[in-house]
Amino acid sequence: MAVEVAEEIRATGTLAPTAAFLARRRWVDRTMRGLLAVAASLSIFVTLGIVWVLVSESLVFFRHVSLVEFLTDTEWTPLFANPRFGILPLLAGTVTVSAIALLVAIPCGTVLAIYLSEFASYRAREVIKPVLELLAGVPTVVFGYFALLVVTPTLRIFLPDISGFNMLSPGLVMGVMILPYVVSLSEDAMRAVPNSLREGAYALGYTRLQTGLRVVVPAAFSGITAAYLLGMARAVGETMVVAIAAGQNPKFTFNPLEGAATITAYIVQVSLGDVPHGSIGYQSIFAAGLVLFVFTLFFNLVGFILRRRFREVY
Amino acid sequence: MTAMDKARDGYTVTLGRAADPGSEFAARVKVEVEGLSFWYGGKQALFDVTMPIAERRVTALIGPSGCGKSTFLRCFNRMHDLYPGNRYAGRIVLHPDGIDIVSPKTDPMIPRLRIGMVFQKPNPFPKSIYENVAAGLRIRGIRDRALLDEQVEKSLRRAALWDEVKDRLDASAYDLSGGQQQRLCIARALAPEPEILLLDEPTSALDPIATAHIEELIDELRAEYTIVIVTHNMQQAARISQFTGFFHLGRLVEFGPTQQLFTRPRETMTQDYITGRFG
Repeated sequence: MAVEVAEEIRATGTLAPTAAFLARRRWVDRTMRGLLAVAASLSIFVTLGIVWVLVSESLVFFRHVSLVEFLTDTEWTPLFANPRFGILPLLAGTVTVSAIALLVAIPCGTVLAIYLSEFASYRAREVIKPVLELLAGVPTVVFGYFALLVVTPTLRIFLPDISGFNMLSPGLVMGVMILPYVVSLSEDAMRAVPNSLREGAYALGYTRLQTGLRVVVPAAFSGITAAYLLGMARAVGETMVVAIAAGQNPKFTFNPLEGAATITAYIVQVSLGDVPHGSIGYQSIFAAGLVLFVFTLFFNLVGFILRRRFREVY
Repeated sequence: MTAMDKARDGYTVTLGRAADPGSEFAARVKVEVEGLSFWYGGKQALFDVTMPIAERRVTALIGPSGCGKSTFLRCFNRMHDLYPGNRYAGRIVLHPDGIDIVSPKTDPMIPRLRIGMVFQKPNPFPKSIYENVAAGLRIRGIRDRALLDEQVEKSLRRAALWDEVKDRLDASAYDLSGGQQQRLCIARALAPEPEILLLDEPTSALDPIATAHIEELIDELRAEYTIVIVTHNMQQAARISQFTGFFHLGRLVEFGPTQQLFTRPRETMTQDYITGRFG
């Protein structure tokens, strides 16, 4: 390219761009733009494909089960001789376990992120961050058995009434599991806050804690919300831990001491079992999946609105 | 310090040659910097700086980029403590009580709570206009709404911003223009009534009109505050200050009344710098 340009300059005797040179640049620019657009639309098409599968398969399910029954019945027994199709027990399980996980991960994660970004020395940060990342690398099935075989027996010392399968134990373990995501993203957001804001706060007489809580956290709010949302999405979609430690018995309860199935646990149970393809039991997993999808979509929307409302520019 | 006649009266010092008590060159000393050196880790950035800061006057610090004038200013409120490995030597004595600002025994919160600062780039907090100005008062424990309202209005008026924002105090500070944001930062620094106001090139990011606004403002604030301003703009130093210190390579080359420093500098280096021969 450089050689060609040099030749052109020599031939024309001027540095002014030739028509051929401009045309070539335009062509490269347009081609690259096209390639990038294809890459970008790929993700949209995959998402649309997933939605299409979920919706079309769910429509088959809803031909047999009314939407009202699906949303109001409190029993979920699709594989029984006398099947009932109320999503509420599964939803209750998902909500309870996720809520426990978030109750652990959000406060701990936020505090840890503030510590890492505002207080920790360089050396402390160099130790804590890799350890946290290690936590994120543990396979979820290990977390599941940890909940079942270590956390549940330990909880039993303090709560003798707790069932062997319960929602508290996987909830707590899941909280620890998603902690690294919440910490890492929140800390990134806080560290992206320019030092000029911190200096402004210190110059006014803010302490480190006041600077962190009153200036850095509000300034990083949008990134911190994204961290919470990712943590929530991971909690809601998590399968292994709950399938192992919460049991697979759908029960309409919010009591964390009891066992219950979540939406994901039900889906994995049916997909691994011998339910015939095309049966109503088989179709029910798509309806359950659609509920999960709508659930996360709803929270993503809430997060989007929150971020827009509290967006801070610096 | 040959050009400085020190007539000590407690902490009162008169600056300037044959300055009569009514002249603007006769002032009490608010801060005495004595043999101040400073290191960024292993790199020394200030060498044995000794100079006074006059009370209720504007002291300008000038010099080429990297000469240490901003580093010097940031010693006054211990801003360097925020980053590890920095070290001070010498003394910065704050009058009337005579505490040494840079002593390791002094809690850096003491100078920060008594000295306000405005930075090169406007850095309003991600809060409303009102809350930005009230921020310094709130962390000093003031919760009384009437007092906050009064002090916010007073500070915004002193920063010549009140008329432009009085109808939208709840709007985000980021909705303001750059010049307005800088005046907001001045109001934020003034609200807790600091004894000294440090200005670190406060107009370098602003257009000429906004700059003129702020220069006017500094001239008015001189009646109530001791002001130290770092500027790379020599005309600005000549326009708004009564005293000037010229820094070069971490050393204070010359200090004196602004008029004298700009018309009859004692050092050839000062002469060369103010006439544009280097820098």
